[in-house]
Amino acid sequence: MTLTEKYKDEIADILSRYPVKRSALIPLLYLAQSEKGHITEAAMVEIARILKLTPPQVYETATFYTMLNLKQVGKFHIQVCKSLMCALVGSDTLIGWIKTRLGIGPGETTADGAFTLSTVECLAACGTAPMMQINDDYYERLTEEKLDRILSDLKSTGSSALKTGPFMWPEPLAAKVETPR
Amino acid sequence: MSQPGYAGTLAEYEKTGGYQALKKVLGKVSPADVTQLVIKSGLRGRGGAGFPTGVKWGFLPKDHQGPRYLCCNADESEPGTFKDRQLIERDPHQMLEGILLACYAICAESAYIYIRGEFVLGARILEEAIAEARRAGYIGKNIQGTGVTVDVWVHRGAGAYICGEETALLESLEGKRGLPRVKPPFPATHGLYNKPTVVNNVETLANLPHIINRGPEWFASIGSPPKSTGTRIFCVSGHVKRPGNYEVPMSVTFRELIYEHAGGMRSDKPLKAFIPGGASAPFLTPDHLDVKMDFESVAAAGSMLGSGGVTVMEEGTSMVWAALRLMEFFYHESCGKCSPCREGSSWLVQTMRRIVAKRGRAQDLETLADLCKNIAGRTVCAFGDAEVAPIMSTLKHWRPEYIALIHEAEASNLLRPHPAAAARH
Repeated sequence: MTLTEKYKDEIADILSRYPVKRSALIPLLYLAQSEKGHITEAAMVEIARILKLTPPQVYETATFYTMLNLKQVGKFHIQVCKSLMCALVGSDTLIGWIKTRLGIGPGETTADGAFTLSTVECLAACGTAPMMQINDDYYERLTEEKLDRILSDLKSTGSSALKTGPFMWPEPLAAKVETPR
Repeated sequence: MSQPGYAGTLAEYEKTGGYQALKKVLGKVSPADVTQLVIKSGLRGRGGAGFPTGVKWGFLPKDHQGPRYLCCNADESEPGTFKDRQLIERDPHQMLEGILLACYAICAESAYIYIRGEFVLGARILEEAIAEARRAGYIGKNIQGTGVTVDVWVHRGAGAYICGEETALLESLEGKRGLPRVKPPFPATHGLYNKPTVVNNVETLANLPHIINRGPEWFASIGSPPKSTGTRIFCVSGHVKRPGNYEVPMSVTFRELIYEHAGGMRSDKPLKAFIPGGASAPFLTPDHLDVKMDFESVAAAGSMLGSGGVTVMEEGTSMVWAALRLMEFFYHESCGKCSPCREGSSWLVQTMRRIVAKRGRAQDLETLADLCKNIAGRTVCAFGDAEVAPIMSTLKHWRPEYIALIHEAEASNLLRPHPAAAARH
């Protein structure tokens, strides 16, 4: 099924937000990505048709942004921040832990297609480093124990309660919860 | 927001005085007067450049017919900065009220919140808050019966640091690659879709309701008037006991922020270096701890207040390594538009990697200085100046560390001839 057939209402809603159609390009690429985890060439051609652009115009935008995957990634895309602020408090160690547990280095995917590990630059969570993003969720103030729990949660249920909720750090004094919420 | 249990819903925001500022001005105070109030408060942009907000609004052509736009810069991507994330996720209505006030002041009927793609939760929270505010008649047509129309949309970025630069943000919002535009013309006259546009940071906008409610004099009395007024949220990261966001008047010193608010160093190792305002700001030394955290004082100390991200490093941290990590960031994020930055960042990162790996050469320091000189000031946007800051400042304050690494490399090189030299024989 094409995107146009499957997401008729979503596409109409996105288009209604902008006076110029091309502005809807990144939102539509996200929509295509939500379908298969990455953006296929067929989807880009279809988006070009929807927005009255040429396929290269779609492609030039799609290739600029790191969050738009043009290649297949694992079911869980682990992105570890390796910028200085995280590196000061152990992001390299965190990458090592993941390597020993999943047997993959940055840029690699496990054989079963479950996990892809990437290193990324600053995700704006420097005060709660080291941290990683898995798919849509942030996981912060990571320790070896926490990492183990997160990975086993993801393997068994597909999500983990250790993900960060609405962010505030440090916590208000009265509340005492270990993860930033 | 720091009240325990505050959930940031519309009802709670209203209970703490939310949307009063909007009701106070809509249809009662003219847009030009709102702009004057903001100019009087001395509010300066909290994104990094520190440009006076009201003055920026004043640059919009007064006689322009047709649409004008407000873009809220929620791209928060300067390494060391994580304040906007908290403002977005914990108190979305505060920034929405700021957006509405700014739209009223510049007569814009559409606002786009450009939020970095990784903030999936933040985007969702904002979408919900916008829907809530729309139902309550704060957003949309005929707001509170005053005839004023403002619509607000969330637009997610997709992972590009450069899109925090205002013209790159506009390009990205137009569905293109995020390449900064040549200025002039400035966004005030030729912005989004070539229409008059203002781009303001989240924290800047979040200050507006308070300025309207309590008056510009109140705001201007905080901090270091007349040039750095109000409070700022500083983000402390690195080797401190209590990293996090701290909102303080722009009159405290780095010493106070680091040792009192953030609890001091995490171990018994003393402070060796700190970055005062995000990755683009030159490194400072313990000698600068008593510098006041206002725009002018930090500039006089040879750095910049920038985005307010304060990163602290303890004794034992290699400054060459630290500069390399930041250089890798800039190398990855260079958009590729200007050759000095695109090619220069690659050369810088290669040279730095060589030095850190103890394969450096005596002439490398000269190479670094030469490259930096040829990048800074020779690019379309400020990225070029930013990317050389870590290397230039560490070379200035910790040059012996670079030399030691190169000496070590040379000592081991004596044992094996350089490939090029070997080829000559």
